[in-house]
Amino acid sequence: MLYLPGYSICITLFNLQARYSHFFPDFTGKMQAMKILIVEDEPELQKAIADSLAREHFVTETAGTFDVAMEKLGVYNYDCILLDIMLPGGDGLQLLQELKKTGKQENIIIISAKDSLDDKLAGLELGADDYLTKPFHIAELNARIKAVLRRKTLDGKNTIETANLQLNLTERQLLVNNQLVPLNRKEFDILNYFLLNKNRLITKNALAEHVWGDHIDQADNFDFIYYQIKNLRKKLQSCQAGVEIESIYGVGYKMIEI
Amino acid sequence: MKLLNQSVKYLSLSILLIVSIWSVVFYISMLDEIEDRIDDGLANYKLLVIQKAAGDSTVVTKSTFDESNYAIQEISPAVALAMKDRYVDTLMYMQDEDDMEPVRMLTTAFQNNNRYYQLKVINSMVEEDDLIEDLFWSALWLYIILVVSIIIINNLVLQKLWTPFYSLLNQLQQFRLGKSKQLPQITTHTREFNDLKNAVNALLQHSVETYNQQKQFIENASHELQTPLAIATSKLELLLEKSNLSGTEAESISEVLQMLERMNKLNKSLLLLTKIENKQFFQNEPVNINTLARQCISNLEDFAAYKAVRIQLTEAAQTSIHINTSLASTVLLNLIKNAIIHNRAGGEVSIHITEHALTICNTGAATPLDAAHIFQRFYKADAAAKGTGLGLAIIKAICNLYGFTIRYNYNNQQHCFTLLFTGSA
Repeated sequence: MLYLPGYSICITLFNLQARYSHFFPDFTGKMQAMKILIVEDEPELQKAIADSLAREHFVTETAGTFDVAMEKLGVYNYDCILLDIMLPGGDGLQLLQELKKTGKQENIIIISAKDSLDDKLAGLELGADDYLTKPFHIAELNARIKAVLRRKTLDGKNTIETANLQLNLTERQLLVNNQLVPLNRKEFDILNYFLLNKNRLITKNALAEHVWGDHIDQADNFDFIYYQIKNLRKKLQSCQAGVEIESIYGVGYKMIEI
Repeated sequence: MKLLNQSVKYLSLSILLIVSIWSVVFYISMLDEIEDRIDDGLANYKLLVIQKAAGDSTVVTKSTFDESNYAIQEISPAVALAMKDRYVDTLMYMQDEDDMEPVRMLTTAFQNNNRYYQLKVINSMVEEDDLIEDLFWSALWLYIILVVSIIIINNLVLQKLWTPFYSLLNQLQQFRLGKSKQLPQITTHTREFNDLKNAVNALLQHSVETYNQQKQFIENASHELQTPLAIATSKLELLLEKSNLSGTEAESISEVLQMLERMNKLNKSLLLLTKIENKQFFQNEPVNINTLARQCISNLEDFAAYKAVRIQLTEAAQTSIHINTSLASTVLLNLIKNAIIHNRAGGEVSIHITEHALTICNTGAATPLDAAHIFQRFYKADAAAKGTGLGLAIIKAICNLYGFTIRYNYNNQQHCFTLLFTGSA
């Protein structure tokens, strides 16, 4: 086992977990735990992201500086890397370049405080898969990670399957018990978002931003979302879907399997 | 009035005064000198006549001037002894001029062979009228020549001297904070102008630095706020997911999240404003306004339906402008969203697109908005409004960037915003 000076015991434990996790089946029993490296210099944000990802049974490791990230990337393989652009000791984009040189196939999501189109374009050009601007909703990060991971393990079909639901992302169609359920554009987007965040709370804010975009104000507390949810619920109920949308304290929603 | 003309004005006025005073003084002293010379001549002539009379007795019989310049009359001794030499200016008929001409006359008395005579000696004088007239014309010519020379000298010399000044002035007029990269430059050996240039440039340099610092500050402050906001949002969202929360606790957390979201919106709006003002959007492309408007409407239709507001789009023309796509949709979304939010239930929003303009009208409050202030940052007609107060400021900034015009007016109980695309390519 390779020990690098300066590593905390905590990271070593993560490493152990990361290295041997493939011996253990995931809680869903379907696939092994995905490994995610969080490259972020803010410890509190690192922790929050790691906490959220742990709920999804991802295995996470963290790197707070450019050098630590470089070392980890040199030694281990990850399924997904969350990369902050502004790092102590170097530029995240530079790290991206180094990764590209070594020909690694990691999925990379850039997390940046800069909402700059130039950085976004440069990042995507250098091989990043997505670009998320701080601050973001936990649900949004979750959805983005799952989306890039799914793209990687695509096997030719781009479908989310949960219970008796099949959501075809290419055709933008929902099949319940192999029966087509017509959805409008917004309903489809909402359902997609819920399926990517199954069993997780989605606040109205996060949902509004994801489906209606950044421009929608929090006028009237997003009560208009309720109507869309109501319609979607009706459709899911009438076709006896194996999932339902729960309201949580009036602050958001959660999709659960029945 | 130009400095050049100002100086000519004052110079000509003062020269007029100087020349006038000088003419008067010159005239008086000239006249005085002339009289002095004539009086001396008369006194001398008097002595010559008296001498001649002593030798020639016929002289005293010449009682009229006739061809000579003297006349003699016998007078009583008492009168003669009381008499003093008297010089007077008088008029006398001159044959050649056929007119009365001024003469200087000396009246005196003398004694010859115990008889007393009165002697009058005359000499023709300069005509004062003529003298004044001549002098006036000379003075006038002198004045005109002086003024003309001053104008010419001023134009040639001063204009040459002032060239650096006008060049500096011109550059200053063109100078725009945040736009002009170079400080005004002039080459001159005139110390005052160099001092002026240095003083102005020091001031400009300071302004530019302050301006940049301010821009940089807003940008940095907004960026620095992103990370704490991200941490707080993530932590609260995770906290909300904990199953052992009570309803009221969850609601409080949610309210805090709403506030954070508002801060985030404010922050993003400030960043966007800074970016627009820093001209950080360069990727312009032809954008079809009709298509964009339809997209925005479809994006907001759920919201409009919830607010029971009907949106109507009329297209009189297909309009395409050269603009950054994301900025164009920011403008349209903001305008349409405002029209929905500030509407009444059952109201409507009508959007009208013509070749050069886009008009968005909405029903709503019965009083017009304060057109002078609505485009200012953080202006809110309703202090309790949840918006950032930056929406219209952003629209205005985008319009300024592309040379568009945005106007608000209120008629037929409709609030209308008109966007004129004139000035765009």
